[in-house]
Amino acid sequence: MGAQTLYDKLWSSHIVHQEEDGTVLLYIDRHLVHEVTSPQAFEGLKLAGRRPWRLGANLAVADHNVPTTDRANGIDDPVSRLQVETLDRNCEEFGITEFRMNDVRQGIVHVIGPEQGATLPGMTVVCGDSHTSTHGAFACLAFGIGTSEVEHVLATQTLLAKKAKSMLVRVEGPLQKGVSAKDVILAVIGKIGTAGGTGYAIEFGGSTIRALSMEGRMTLCNMAIEAGARSGMVAVDDTTIDYIKGRPFAPAGEQWERAVAYWRTLKSDEGARFDRVVELDAARIEPQVTWGTSPEMVTAIDGMVPDPALESDPVRREGMERALQYMGLVPRTPITAVGVDKVFIGSCTNSRIEDLRAAAAVVKGRQVAGNVKLAMVVPGSGLVKAQAEQEGLDRIFRAAGFEWREPGCSMCLAMNADRLEPGERCASTSNRNFEGRQGPGGRTHLVSPEMAAAAAIAGHFVDVRNML
Amino acid sequence: MEKFTQLDGLVVPLDRANVDTDAIIPKQFLKSIKRSGFGPNLFDEWRYLDHGEPGQDHSKRPLNPDFVLNLPRYRGASIMLTRDNFGCGSSREHAPWALLDFGIRALVGTSFADIFFNNCFKNGLLPITLPAAEVDELFRQCTAQAGYRLRIDLDAQTVTRPDGKVLRFDVEPFRKYCLLNGLDDIGLTLRHADKIREFEARRRLEQPWLFGQ
Repeated sequence: MGAQTLYDKLWSSHIVHQEEDGTVLLYIDRHLVHEVTSPQAFEGLKLAGRRPWRLGANLAVADHNVPTTDRANGIDDPVSRLQVETLDRNCEEFGITEFRMNDVRQGIVHVIGPEQGATLPGMTVVCGDSHTSTHGAFACLAFGIGTSEVEHVLATQTLLAKKAKSMLVRVEGPLQKGVSAKDVILAVIGKIGTAGGTGYAIEFGGSTIRALSMEGRMTLCNMAIEAGARSGMVAVDDTTIDYIKGRPFAPAGEQWERAVAYWRTLKSDEGARFDRVVELDAARIEPQVTWGTSPEMVTAIDGMVPDPALESDPVRREGMERALQYMGLVPRTPITAVGVDKVFIGSCTNSRIEDLRAAAAVVKGRQVAGNVKLAMVVPGSGLVKAQAEQEGLDRIFRAAGFEWREPGCSMCLAMNADRLEPGERCASTSNRNFEGRQGPGGRTHLVSPEMAAAAAIAGHFVDVRNML
Repeated sequence: MEKFTQLDGLVVPLDRANVDTDAIIPKQFLKSIKRSGFGPNLFDEWRYLDHGEPGQDHSKRPLNPDFVLNLPRYRGASIMLTRDNFGCGSSREHAPWALLDFGIRALVGTSFADIFFNNCFKNGLLPITLPAAEVDELFRQCTAQAGYRLRIDLDAQTVTRPDGKVLRFDVEPFRKYCLLNGLDDIGLTLRHADKIREFEARRRLEQPWLFGQ
């Protein structure tokens, strides 16, 4: 066999059966479950009189609907409460491991999987959530699925899939101080567009990626879906293995040694061929800020709101005009002149300990600007929260005027009580700036944790490199 | 799953690129634990002038008269014309559920986001990809002619315009087979249960750490 990509290796090692047209029955090692996309799947299972194929493959947690304020009295919204209780009931009935709302291990599904060592290299990892691509940071084949597929995985431990094309995104060189993985992925999306990765599985490689922590790699893979790719991945190296060691679900003893030996093979071979290669020079990546209603509508902090009049494609021009109208922005406005009403640091993209440390370093000894109505930090899990508190990060944020919340998806998609009011503008470390995403009429600008922290202090977008 | 064989339907043009699943069905409606009833909230933020919440009587809400789905000429449409990257964003299957519940059975556009595309096939909603020039022409014709209809034949893989022009489209054979016969994937897969067990047993030997918990 010739030189293989990491994707080739992950794909071929999970094929149970292949149809004539190339459709494959793919074995699924890990299935993560949350409350929003699972109730109809469990119902389907019950109606058909089926049981989960392999209970131990599943791990469940409620994250989208949970309140980030005091949880002692449960969830106020009866519709949200019913959805969370339905997950609890389904997990109990079928015997699926679940971290309940007041368990310290509860958190965003894409934070807790890796944190528990439930995400391991070489696995196929799926979840009824598009940001499942996050887990690809561990050299997993990880992708989001719909509810029908959630039911399919529960019932059969497999999925029907067709192999995607392969793309290598290679980033070389050291990042500037104040520039993070979030800026890298936003720059990639700015370059290839939100449909640039459609039909592809993306591998991120190059010296810049090798130098990233696991948290940074997760941020990168998390937003592969915003580039259109269902999965993103990074090869195994020492950073991967060091991160996994000692985690609750990770192997130990003799099995650890065997596992590591196998994991070390999980990288693209020398000379492996990709269908598309995209290259970026890390030194040229600046802190990024989105200005529109699609993640590809992005510019560097020293840029300006673009002028649709200069766009020749009519569909694109109309899209830009509609976005600027929704965002309440005038063409050619410098990004640094755009003020913010709220700041959200959190989400499966940027709520891990390293993200909170980076934001806290900017915030330390400073105050949230008077025009900012709310600045909030929502840790990705109870364990991230505890770690941050141990390091005193909560005190830094609180002293500056930030709110320090309980873990969950929160204002990334505003399914709980955390949301923007119509017209409010938010510097957000989340992943989607779609219309209404953070609340009807809300205006989202995607940035890194460092840049969100800087915007909170300045009251408008500002180049964090000047604050370090 | 409902079969899809042929469809002769009224066409509604949705002339926007990058229509995301948050727009197709906003998150507040995802709190439902059911599979049905999402139709009234399809494109909720574009379709209504007020803010929608679950449990409202949607028939009493003020409609946005400018939104294309509200124009009387498109009432009863079962085919939607779409632009690039339709269905991007989240994996919510509520998006195809909402389209189907509203009455849309087929989408004709230039490109669809991967997860959304996949979800459509699981529910008997047919997404058809055509070259940009052909889609442009469909948008032109549909906007110009009231009562514009298309005929879709999945078996023949054709879309027929009112002027008789036949457009051919590609579809993966396995997906086509399932859609034509309305087959439940799980039932099909379980025919391979022995193979799955065999694969699993081998994996358990080779990578026992995957089966620890």
